[in-house]
Amino acid sequence: MTALLEAKNIGKRFGGLEALTDITLSIARGDIYGLIGPNGAGKTTFFNVLTGFYAADRGSFLLDGAPLSVTSTHAVAAAGIARTFQNIRLFENMTALENVMVGRHVRTQAGVVGAILRTRSTRNEERAIHERAHYLLDYVGIAGRQHTLAHSLPYGDQRRLEIARALATAPKLLALDEPAAGMNATETATLKLLLERIRADGTTILLIEHDVKLVMGLCDRVAVLDYGRKIAEGVPAAVQRDAAVIEAYLGGAIA
Amino acid sequence: MTSAGFSRLKEHPVALWAGVALIAVALLVLPFALAAVGTAWVRIMNLAILFALLSLGLNIVVGYAGLLDLGYIAFYGVGAYTYALLASPQFNIHLPFWIILPIGALVACFFGVLLGVPTLKLRGDYLAIVTLGFGEIVRIFFNNLSQPVNITNGPQGISRIDPFRLGGFSFNQSETFAGLTFSGPVKYYYLLLLVLLAVIVINVRLQDSRIGRAWQAIREDEVAAGAMGINTAHVKLLAFAMGASFGGVAGGIFAAIQGFISPESFVLVESIMVLSMVVLGGMGNIWGVIVGALLLSFVPEILRYTVDPLQRLLFGKSFVEPEVIRMLLFGLALMLMMLFRPAGLWPSKVRQRELTES
Repeated sequence: MTALLEAKNIGKRFGGLEALTDITLSIARGDIYGLIGPNGAGKTTFFNVLTGFYAADRGSFLLDGAPLSVTSTHAVAAAGIARTFQNIRLFENMTALENVMVGRHVRTQAGVVGAILRTRSTRNEERAIHERAHYLLDYVGIAGRQHTLAHSLPYGDQRRLEIARALATAPKLLALDEPAAGMNATETATLKLLLERIRADGTTILLIEHDVKLVMGLCDRVAVLDYGRKIAEGVPAAVQRDAAVIEAYLGGAIA
Repeated sequence: MTSAGFSRLKEHPVALWAGVALIAVALLVLPFALAAVGTAWVRIMNLAILFALLSLGLNIVVGYAGLLDLGYIAFYGVGAYTYALLASPQFNIHLPFWIILPIGALVACFFGVLLGVPTLKLRGDYLAIVTLGFGEIVRIFFNNLSQPVNITNGPQGISRIDPFRLGGFSFNQSETFAGLTFSGPVKYYYLLLLVLLAVIVINVRLQDSRIGRAWQAIREDEVAAGAMGINTAHVKLLAFAMGASFGGVAGGIFAAIQGFISPESFVLVESIMVLSMVVLGGMGNIWGVIVGALLLSFVPEILRYTVDPLQRLLFGKSFVEPEVIRMLLFGLALMLMMLFRPAGLWPSKVRQRELTES
C-alpha cells in the first residue's frame, strides 16, 4: 500500500491562534480518508493549506511520492488535487455543462490563436471537452440538467455538480469539504453510492464530514482533529472507541 | 435578434441567407446613401465603426472577464501614436500601414500587460481607480514627451500623418470606378467594415472557447476558478492584452483617417464614452455592444444638426447649445437605462441573469 498524499508536520497559525499544529497524516491510494472533528478543529484550514488557499507556516506535502508545491490554487489543481467547497461555489450563471467544461481547463491547451483560427486540434479538443463533461454529468447523475443554470439546480444537484466539476480536472485526490452538509437522508444515501463509485473507479478521496454515520460507513481510515491537533487516526471502528475522541466530542468526564 | 429567434432562423437556411444578403447589400450601399445626405455623415459613420471596434475590445476586458477598465482609451492612443510616429514627417519614417498596424497592436498589447500585472489582485472599484490613473498617465506622457527629446510633439500633436496606401492605391483620394465615385471616407468605410467583421468573428470565437469559458469563470467566482486549475493571473492578463491590441489597431486606423492626432483625443471622457457604449448596449453581448457604439456615436451628431435649427424654428433664436443638450440627454439616457434596462439595451443572457436574479 503506497501513500498517495503524505502531510508532514503541517503547521498554520493565524495571529495568536494555532489553527494547525504538527499535522502528519498519510492517505493511501484508493482510500476514502475521513477528516473529522468538532467545529473549529481545523479541518477546513487543513483543506485550505493543502489546496493552496493559505500558505502553511511549517511542514510539507508529498503527492504521489513527489513534493507538492503549494504555491497557488491552480498549481495544486494541476498537480492533481481537486476540491469542493463547504459553502458551494459553482459558477452560478453558467449552465451545469459549462461548469464541468471549465473543470477541463487545466487538462486542455487551446489558446487564443487556436480559438480564433478554430484549428483542427482546437475543434477536436472542444469536442473531447464536451464529451467528457457530458459523461461526468451522467456519472454524478444529473445528465438531464446539463442546460440548467447552476444556481437554479436543487441543492443536492449543486453538490453533485461541484463534484463533477472537480472530477473534470482528472484529480488523483478528490478533496470534499462537507459534501453531505444540508442534505436529507435520501440525498446522503445517493451521495454515499456516488463516492463509493468514485473510489471504485480509482480516485482517492479526502473527506471532511460532520455526518458521523456517513463517515463511519464510508471511510477506510479516519483522522480526528481537535483544536488544530490530530488526536486520533485509524479505521473508523477503532477511532469511534478512542477515549480522546469521545472526550473531544462529548466533553471530559465530570470529576 | 434573440437567440430563440436565431435558432428558428437556423431551421430556415433560405430565410437566414436572405437576411444575411440583405444586411450585406444594405451595408455596401450605406456609404452612398450617407454621402447623398452629406460627406460628413460618412466620416461620422467611420468614427462610429471605430468606436464599435473599441467597444468590442473593451467588451473582452469588461464584458467577458469582468475587469472594470476606466483607462481603455490609452490603448487607442498608444495605437494612434505608434502609427503617427511610424508614418509621418515627425521622424520622417513612412512605413506601410500593414506593417504598422500589427506593430501598434503589439505595442498596445504590451501596455495592456503593463497595466495588467500590477492590478492582478485588484477588483471592482480599486481596479477602476488604477486603470483610470493609467489612462491619465498615458495621456500626460503624450502631452509632455516633447522634451528633452521631441517624440510626441506635445500638445500640438502630430500632423500630416500618412493615409493608408497600398502600392499606388491611396485611401484618401477619390476614385471613379464603374461610374461610381469612391471618396476617401467611403474607401475607409469599406476597410473599417472588413476590420469590424474580423473583430466580430474573433470576439464570437473567443467567447465560445476554452479561454472564453475561463474568463466567464473568473468573472463568476475567481476563487473557485483558481481551485479548478485556471491560472487566474494568466487569464486576466490575456484579457487585458487582447482588449488592448484591439484598441491599438483601432487607434492606428484613427490616426490614418484623421491625418492628425493630439493628446486631446485620448482624454478620460473618451474612456467613459467607450465604457458607456459597452454598458448601454449590453455588456458581454457583441451585437448589443455594437448597437451601443453606433447609438452613442450617431445620436450626438444628429443632435448637433437638429438642436439649433429646431430652436430657431420654435423660438426664433437659439437658447441652448447642442453640446449642452447632448450631455443632458446622455445623462438622462444613462439614468433611464439603469432604471429600466440595467443589463443594457441588448444584454447578453448571462449578464441579464446576473443583474436580475441575484
